[in-house]
Amino acid sequence: MAFSAERLEQIKEIKNRYPAGKHKSALLPVLHLAQADHGWLPIDVMNDVAEVLDIHPIEVYEVATFYTMFHLKPVGKYVLEICRTGPCCLVGAESLIQYLKNKLNVEEGEVTADGLFTIKPVECLASCGTGPVLQIGPDYIYKENLTEEKLDQLIESLRAKG
Amino acid sequence: MGKQILLEHINKPGINTIDGYMKNGGYASVEKALKSMSPDQVVEEVKTSGLRGRGGAGFPTGMKWSFLDKKSNKPKYLVCNADESEPGTFKDRYLMERIPHLLIEGMITSSFALTANTSYIYVRGEMMYVIRILEKAIAEAYAKGFLGKNILGTGYDLDLYVHPGGGAYICGEETALLESLEGKRGNPRNKPPFPAVSGLYDSPTVVNNVETIAAVPWIINNGGASYAAIGIGKSSGTKLISACGNINKPGVYEIELGVPVEEFIYSDQYCGGIPENRELKAVVAGGSSVPILPKELILKTANGEPRLMTYESLSDGGFVSGTMLGSGGFIVFNDQACIVRNLWNFTRFYHHESCGQCSPCREGTGWMEKVLHRIEHGHGKMTDIDLLVDVAKKIEGKTICPLGEAAAWPVASAIRHFRKEFENHILHPESCSAKHLYFGTLAVH
Repeated sequence: MAFSAERLEQIKEIKNRYPAGKHKSALLPVLHLAQADHGWLPIDVMNDVAEVLDIHPIEVYEVATFYTMFHLKPVGKYVLEICRTGPCCLVGAESLIQYLKNKLNVEEGEVTADGLFTIKPVECLASCGTGPVLQIGPDYIYKENLTEEKLDQLIESLRAKG
Repeated sequence: MGKQILLEHINKPGINTIDGYMKNGGYASVEKALKSMSPDQVVEEVKTSGLRGRGGAGFPTGMKWSFLDKKSNKPKYLVCNADESEPGTFKDRYLMERIPHLLIEGMITSSFALTANTSYIYVRGEMMYVIRILEKAIAEAYAKGFLGKNILGTGYDLDLYVHPGGGAYICGEETALLESLEGKRGNPRNKPPFPAVSGLYDSPTVVNNVETIAAVPWIINNGGASYAAIGIGKSSGTKLISACGNINKPGVYEIELGVPVEEFIYSDQYCGGIPENRELKAVVAGGSSVPILPKELILKTANGEPRLMTYESLSDGGFVSGTMLGSGGFIVFNDQACIVRNLWNFTRFYHHESCGQCSPCREGTGWMEKVLHRIEHGHGKMTDIDLLVDVAKKIEGKTICPLGEAAAWPVASAIRHFRKEFENHILHPESCSAKHLYFGTLAVH
């Protein structure tokens, strides 16, 4: 089972947010919990999600593959989700993405050799006035007004954290 | 700075807590509505206010509310659309982060008006930290008796929950949002039936944007007529504008509808002009989906009248020479900006975000992205320009939801107003001096 007893309690509470018989609504929140626990969504984890929500596995797969936040293959411990959309590009996002790739020596979606990082360019994060921006799962903290220096510091502090 | 309705207290200490919020008059509209008004009276006030949907469509909120099938035996739902994802738009995140109780107060008063006993705030999943802020605020509201059973002893019950999305722009479309809230892929539904009749769980439902709901407390406290007195004509009240791009002071501004565009761009109260005193080249005034306008047409209408920040003035001239207020995502481009590269970027966005349900959108956005990619990268043909116009036309109006239009309009308008720049990219691909400056030094080139 992909979930701890504590998580199962939490899932029960989440299911109660929706009317009787509509517990499938809990799917997105529960997938977020599953990904927070496992880093990504292997098929056996998705099958367990189906089991705790009493729905068919295919109902989980079709949702997990639709929404871009869910990782369907292994990722680094820190996924650097950096915005690549127009407004951020007006303030230098494209060159920062390239800088990040060079610095970590990986392409989009790859995992660094130390297992720590994956770069995932994403679409608009609603931070256009404070761009360039990236966020880091599983807490999805926003790092705004990015510069090369700020990226250097961020990578350094995450490496130190391990 | 004009009248501040939503942001009046935003910098007050402790405004993010219920105590700080109540110290500044918070939750008064809940008291007033639940204790001294009927649900229909609340709907009437909102109708009188002339408040229009602030998510982008600008549909009159009171009218939307009055379509709700209240006679139905099924439960009624209010769902707040906090799936803010339109490029250029970041006003709802700002409101929810800084003054979460304003949204919660609005949800309670609005749910009462709609006779809903369960309501949801659908927040895009990327804003996980905003979800935590809202959940904390909701817990505070329960503890003070503004949520739960028998609110303030009036007999009215309301449960309010936050629901996270999973990363999909399309879920900002209200029927896709409802599908998503039901635990499914965010595929928009065919309409009719409209959500007011058959929405969440097949029940009568209203979906409103964060900013729309947040305006309701002020309207109830001060009366719809006072709200209608602000602004110009059918553009009543205030609007949050999130300004970004090549400006000195990016940020969220609350304007009284009717401020001249020129003042908004150049006044120190707002955007503060363009860095290094560069020339203004173009503006996307209402989020990436609305037509881009060149300097001459964004500052003045085709008739030479000053363009104002209202629904009507921005759309003056239709799509030949006008645009839309949309979500209020105001993106400014200076004279170094490359229209072609920006359009390629936006079109990639729409291709990425198309749900794939309707072939014209699924295939058309992909083709437009490919053609723009080749123009931008020096392999364009002159026939590509008309090809793009043709593909855009074949998407527009032929899809279940407006994502098709949202993808087609930027292409059509960029070519309409900047055709020469496209031709120049094709004839002299090496001569686009703008792009290196615009996007920084880029290995792709």
